[in-house]
Amino acid sequence: MSSVSQTFMKFFRGSSGPETIPAQGSQKLTRRSSGLGELARSWETAEGLCVLDLGSTSPTNIRHFTERGHRIYSEDLLTASTDPELPTTDEQGNAVLDSRKFLADNLVYPAAHFDVVLCWNLPDYLDESLVKPVVGRLWSVLKPGGMLLAFFHTRDAGPDSPCHRFHIVGPDTLEMQKIELRRDARRSGTAPSAIADGFQLQRVFNNRHIENLFRDFASIKFFLARDNIREVLVVR
Amino acid sequence: MSAPSSAPASGLAQIGKSVFIKGELSGSEDLYLDGQVEGSIALKGNSLTVGPNGQVKASVEAKGVVVQGKLEGNVQASDRVELRKSAVVTGDISTQRISIEEGAYLKGKVDIHRTDIK
Repeated sequence: MSSVSQTFMKFFRGSSGPETIPAQGSQKLTRRSSGLGELARSWETAEGLCVLDLGSTSPTNIRHFTERGHRIYSEDLLTASTDPELPTTDEQGNAVLDSRKFLADNLVYPAAHFDVVLCWNLPDYLDESLVKPVVGRLWSVLKPGGMLLAFFHTRDAGPDSPCHRFHIVGPDTLEMQKIELRRDARRSGTAPSAIADGFQLQRVFNNRHIENLFRDFASIKFFLARDNIREVLVVR
Repeated sequence: MSAPSSAPASGLAQIGKSVFIKGELSGSEDLYLDGQVEGSIALKGNSLTVGPNGQVKASVEAKGVVVQGKLEGNVQASDRVELRKSAVVTGDISTQRISIEEGAYLKGKVDIHRTDIK
């Protein structure tokens, strides 16, 4: 594993950002993504890639990859983190989520299995106690040279920071759709009240936090967008 | 090839929502399942529809599979799979064609195997 001092880091001020034209539904926005554009080159040229999408189930993304002959795995980790059996306390008595149980039930794949992981905005909305264990597991399931795309807020915009799901609608274009908590979680009453109306931004990572989070990866590249989103493309 | 219907048609074999079956379920006709099944389901050459009340914990092998309820297990469909908006599926799907409605939940792999048309 390489240390962060060996990483290859670049900053780009690209043209990423949201378009004001809403897509089909009133809650959908299209957004250009430089990180996606760079990542997409891998799946446009390679064959039979193994892709893991960690966002909400997206028919658009599943179609996008299967049409190109790739295999796609879908796993909604944010929804999985609302499992009522996860809350516990740590040694100091702080309320946390049981990361061991979480990783026993989720992200269970062979080592070095995936070529691409689409993390989207998961780290920003995932409970603090799960973030590092999840990134550690993602490192192990990615192939050496495999790539991971993640988005981070550069500031907390409060209610203007809704959690989105992302649909790939072009080589460097995403459709963003505000996430509503799944109906079955609501129905069964398993969702903690704090997320009953959707997921809340948990924290704002700065560059150093992000570098530390991905310190075991070989390289990290940042793309700054106009909409206070920092796109990060890391290579294992 | 026609797509399997999502509503129980007359003459279609049905398992009602009060029925619970544990074991191997196999047959040679289309099946509408709105109850609970644990085990395995094999309908080679025929279609399975899991209704909105259906709760399946089984590996499924069929020509076509339509899911409106819950299905936990791997699905192997020789023709197509449809996940309706109320579907909650945990398992790997292997099929020739798949359609997934907005709102459906899937935890697992989608593998599309194509048959060359000569």
